[in-house]
Amino acid sequence: MYSASDLKKGLKIEIDGDPCMITNFEFSKPGKGQALYRCKIKNLITGNQFDKTYRSVEKVNRCALISRDYTFSYIDGDNYVFSDNETYEEAILNEELLGDQKYFIVDDMQVEILFHNDRALDITMPNFVEMVIAETEPGARGDTATNVMKPAKLENGYEINVPIFINEGDTIRIDTRDGSYADRVSKG
Amino acid sequence: MQTAFPKVKMPTDSIMLRDALMRRIRAFFYDRDYTEVETPIRLKIPCMELHIDAEPSGDHFLRTSPEIFHKQLLAAGCQRIFEMGKCFRSGELGPLHNPEYTMLEWYQADADYMDILEETRLLISTVWKDVSKQWKILTVSDAFLEFAGWDPAGNYDEDRFDIDLVEKVEPAIKKIGGPVVLKDYPVEAAALSRCRPGDPLRAERWELYMDGVEIANAYSELTDPVEQRLRFEACAQQRIALGKEAYEIDEAFLQALEKMPPSGGIALGVDRLLMLIAEATSLDAVLPFR
Repeated sequence: MYSASDLKKGLKIEIDGDPCMITNFEFSKPGKGQALYRCKIKNLITGNQFDKTYRSVEKVNRCALISRDYTFSYIDGDNYVFSDNETYEEAILNEELLGDQKYFIVDDMQVEILFHNDRALDITMPNFVEMVIAETEPGARGDTATNVMKPAKLENGYEINVPIFINEGDTIRIDTRDGSYADRVSKG
Repeated sequence: MQTAFPKVKMPTDSIMLRDALMRRIRAFFYDRDYTEVETPIRLKIPCMELHIDAEPSGDHFLRTSPEIFHKQLLAAGCQRIFEMGKCFRSGELGPLHNPEYTMLEWYQADADYMDILEETRLLISTVWKDVSKQWKILTVSDAFLEFAGWDPAGNYDEDRFDIDLVEKVEPAIKKIGGPVVLKDYPVEAAALSRCRPGDPLRAERWELYMDGVEIANAYSELTDPVEQRLRFEACAQQRIALGKEAYEIDEAFLQALEKMPPSGGIALGVDRLLMLIAEATSLDAVLPFR
C-alpha cells in the first residue's frame, strides 16, 4: 500500500482492481486545512481519465505490473499467440488490444508484454519493422524527394503514406510506434 | 511612487526582487509606527494546530509561526508589532509549499480582522500594485453556497469542506482573479480566532487569495484563555486520533492571553507574494536553493 504522500506523477496504482497511472499530481493544503493530493488518473485498461483527491490518511493499492519477453508464434482467428521465451507458456492477445500494431507483427518477432496480474495490458515491439509494399501508384522515375507522399498498401491491408519514388514490391522500414514510413530498405 | 521591481529571469535574480520587496515591507511598517520584533525560532512547545506539524530540532521544535510569542508581547503592552522571518512546517512540499519559508506576521492591539484587512489592502497597494479597487470580499457561507452548493457553517464536515474548497471554491476564486477575500469561517475552522459576536457558528477569520493563490490568513484574535484551552485540548485529541504527536498545552501562552487586549493579527506568505510579483506559478522561481 502507498500512503497518499507517496503519490507522484507517473506512479502506477490499482483502483477497484484496475491498473491506473497518475498523469498529473498536485499537492494542496488549503489554509488551516488538511494536506490533499489531487491526482489526474488514467485507467490503463479502459483509457478513461478522471480526477481523484486523496486525503493524507488514505491508503492506495500498489499496482503489480510485470513485463516478460515473448516470441510471436501464430494467429488464431482474432487472437495473436506469443510464447514465453523462458517457459514457452502461451500468451494470447486479442487484435483489439493490439490496434494498428497487429499489422507490424512478423514471424518470430521478439516482443515484451506487460501484465497486470495475469492480464496482458500492452505490448512493446521493435521500433522498426520491414514490410513489402503490395499496392501503390507507380513512382516517378528519378524523383527522390522524400517530402512528397502518396498512399500505399501493405500485403496485410495496412494503409501508409510513402514517398513518391516507392514502387510495388519495394521493402520499406516502418516505425511501429506511430505506424509511419521511415525509409526504403530495398527495391522490389 | 515606487520604481519597478527587477525582472526575474533566473531563480537567482529573485534575490534582488526579494531584497526590494522586503525593504518596501519594512518601510511600510516603520511608517505606521510598528515595532519590528525578533522572537525565538526554536521553541519548546509548538502551537497546536490540527494539520500543522512542527519540525523537531534537538530537544526543541522549529516554529511553525511566531504567533505564540507575538501574543505574549501584546499582553506585555506592545501595540503594533511585526516580524519577517523563517518558519518551518514538516512535510509541506509542492509548487506552493516549502517546508522552510518566509512569513510576515503582524499584530495590532485594539483592532479586529477587518482593520487588518484594510491595512493589508494598503500594504499590497503600497509594496506591489494598486489593487484596492478590485478587492472582492466573499463570506465562506456565500462562496460555498454559490460554488459548492452547501453552507458549511452549522453543517461542518471537515473532509467535505477541505475537498470542496480545493476542488470547487478555490478554482472559482482563481477565475475571479485579482485579490479575493474569503471571510467568516465556520467556527470548527476558527483555529485561533474569536467567534463573531452574536454568531456562534462563524469565526472572525479571513484568507486572502491573489490570483487564486492563498497568501494570507488573519484573525480577530481569540483572547479568552478558557476557550483557548478547550480548543487546544480538543485539538490534542484530534491529533492523537490522526496518529500525530499531541504537543503540550503552552501554559505561559494561556496565562498571557488573560492580559492580552483585543487584537487583530495576520500571517502573510512572503515567498508566495514574491512568486506572484515574479509572475511565476511555482515557488521554484523565487527559492533558488530548493
